[in-house]
Amino acid sequence: MKTLAELAEIREKMKGKVAMRQNDGNETRIIVGMGTCGIAAGARPVLSALVEAVSKEKLEESVTVTQTGCIGICQYEPVVEVIEPGKDKVTYVKMTAEKAQRVVAEHIKGGKVVAEYTIGASVAK
Amino acid sequence: MIRSHVLICGGTGCTSSGSMKLQTILEQELANRGLTDEIKIVKTGCFGLCEHGPVMIVYPDGTFYSRVQPEDIAEIVEEHLLKGRVVTRLAYTDTGDAEAKADELPSLNDTAFYRSQQRIALRNCGVINPEVIDEYIAMDGYKALGKVLTEMKPEEVIDIITKSGLRGRGGAGFPTGRKWAFAAATPGEIKYVCCNADEGDPGAFMDRSVLEGDPHAVIEAMTIAGYAIGAHQGYVYVRAEYPIAIERLRIAIEQAKEYGLLGKNIFGSGFDFELDLRFGAGAFVCGEETALMTSIEGERGEPRPRPPFPAVKGLFGKPTVLNNVETYANIPLIINNGVEWFNSIGTETSKGTKVFALVGKVNNTGLVEVPMGTPLRTIIEEIGGGIPNGKKFKAAQTGGPSGGCIPAHLIDTPIDYENLLSIGSMMGSGGLIVMDEDTCMVDIAKFFLEFTVDESCGKCTACRIGTKRLLQILEKITSGNGTMEDLDTLEELAAHIKTTALCGLGQTAPNPILSTLRYFRDEYIAHIVDKRCPAGVCKALLSYVIDEEKCKGCTACARKCPVNAITGSVKNPHVIDTAKCIKCGACVETCRFDAIYKK
Repeated sequence: MKTLAELAEIREKMKGKVAMRQNDGNETRIIVGMGTCGIAAGARPVLSALVEAVSKEKLEESVTVTQTGCIGICQYEPVVEVIEPGKDKVTYVKMTAEKAQRVVAEHIKGGKVVAEYTIGASVAK
Repeated sequence: MIRSHVLICGGTGCTSSGSMKLQTILEQELANRGLTDEIKIVKTGCFGLCEHGPVMIVYPDGTFYSRVQPEDIAEIVEEHLLKGRVVTRLAYTDTGDAEAKADELPSLNDTAFYRSQQRIALRNCGVINPEVIDEYIAMDGYKALGKVLTEMKPEEVIDIITKSGLRGRGGAGFPTGRKWAFAAATPGEIKYVCCNADEGDPGAFMDRSVLEGDPHAVIEAMTIAGYAIGAHQGYVYVRAEYPIAIERLRIAIEQAKEYGLLGKNIFGSGFDFELDLRFGAGAFVCGEETALMTSIEGERGEPRPRPPFPAVKGLFGKPTVLNNVETYANIPLIINNGVEWFNSIGTETSKGTKVFALVGKVNNTGLVEVPMGTPLRTIIEEIGGGIPNGKKFKAAQTGGPSGGCIPAHLIDTPIDYENLLSIGSMMGSGGLIVMDEDTCMVDIAKFFLEFTVDESCGKCTACRIGTKRLLQILEKITSGNGTMEDLDTLEELAAHIKTTALCGLGQTAPNPILSTLRYFRDEYIAHIVDKRCPAGVCKALLSYVIDEEKCKGCTACARKCPVNAITGSVKNPHVIDTAKCIKCGACVETCRFDAIYKK
């Protein structure tokens, strides 16, 4: 027999798993460019790494990982954009699986943008 | 991490248009592309947009795909699930414009079909997998039951339901809290809680969809009702024609038992509650509460006189609460969100929302849930997407064979219990049949009377013989043999049946006639005096005629006519012999010059 506490536990555990279906616009969105250019430049492993990292950090309830088509800066692919509610969009370029893990750990979880991977840093070079 | 959920509708509508086959193909395709660990397939209950099935929705984007075919799956996986590009040709839009640009595609909740809806009873339908109890729990499922059993006294529960203003969603709109209070106040060791899932109105499928999409909501609510009135046994009486609903209920009951949410000492509160299923064999009268209980008892499903009411002497002679599926589906949310929240939705006398099965001559047939007080116009024009083929709206039938019609000039009537009664219809269980200008109102009344004559159980004379006589008069009118006196006889007989029939079936059976007589008396008169059916439906009263000007004498119709009623020589206008003509309409379909018309 389940107790109220056990019921609450199931609820908490499952909330993250169904949260995606109640998209309320308050979640952080990580968007991977998966146009032909992105895929050719290696976007698929980046997407997989992001998905894994978000799961590892237990951020599923507040973060969605989705894909988009080519955004027109093909030379910088794979491109990953992070949109947090109420904040400016951050665009990461020339991503790899390793970089993706760092972005999730430091930016998404830690709240600190990984400046060196952003398009700003890349263009300045 | 699962980064995307693909929801496939597993309701009866989409299942019959092949959604389960799509699921198999999708599973295969995801496995082929190594996406199984990232993308989850969820079989859900009805989304409501049955007209466009099989439907599929992809989250987190909320992209709504309609009329998906097996050969489309590979493209959806390749384009959308891998590359993130919406397959626009399959995406549902309000305009049906398949070539809409990807960034202009509305997400599900922004479409006209969903925008004006407020989903309370259907909150989990098309959102959760009804066969996984954990998904229901994630949506705050069984939270209300926990609260009721550990924090509230039975009278407090009844008080909340009474103050919420919830009324029965099965037909007459009796206040649910009062019903519970009566049953609670009747002394007795043994009491019962029953759920009426014997949905029988032609074209209605609200209850089926709730059971298929969210069975735990009904289980939770019935357990709450049991606690409130002091019952330890519940029965869901469901039609055997609803195999998917039965299967999901069965699974849900098993899971609830496993979790100890049904059975002994629920949440350690000391309260026991068991729930069982009973199947109806499809007799319409078994949706009437006393007949339903008689049927559960194992007897022939016939009504018995009230009083005593079920709350006093119901199932097996014990105090019983009997509510409809949709009524129950509201209960957990009222407990969780409170009286004020529920009071804030709807009209003065009708609180909350109502689910309608929107069918007939309307573009988006399906299941819709709107706040009480929503004008009929919003339901038909906005949510329903209007009448197909540019035809004019003529009337809508609510309440099925017990209800009446709402004519076009009353389309702005806010729909609630009182308003519908005052215009001669009723809420009923929520069937909403839309009719266009090609519908003959006498024929509609005849259709519903044919139904009640078939379904009358025969126990009382008023219904058994009375409805038969009503039907005979209608047949006389539609065959062109009616007299003006027949209209008076109809009204007189209807009044007698309404006051003398034993149960709701008979008492409401004359309603379709009375309401069509009230708003469309001219159509009855046209049938009787002019021997003419204005909508061109009643076969006996119409004849097919060939327009001499338009006819080219191509002989196509003459060759098509199955009874050789058309004569004429090549390149000369043809003529139809009305004595021979069987009015099958084959000639009209054959004519390339629109030269044949109905008169």
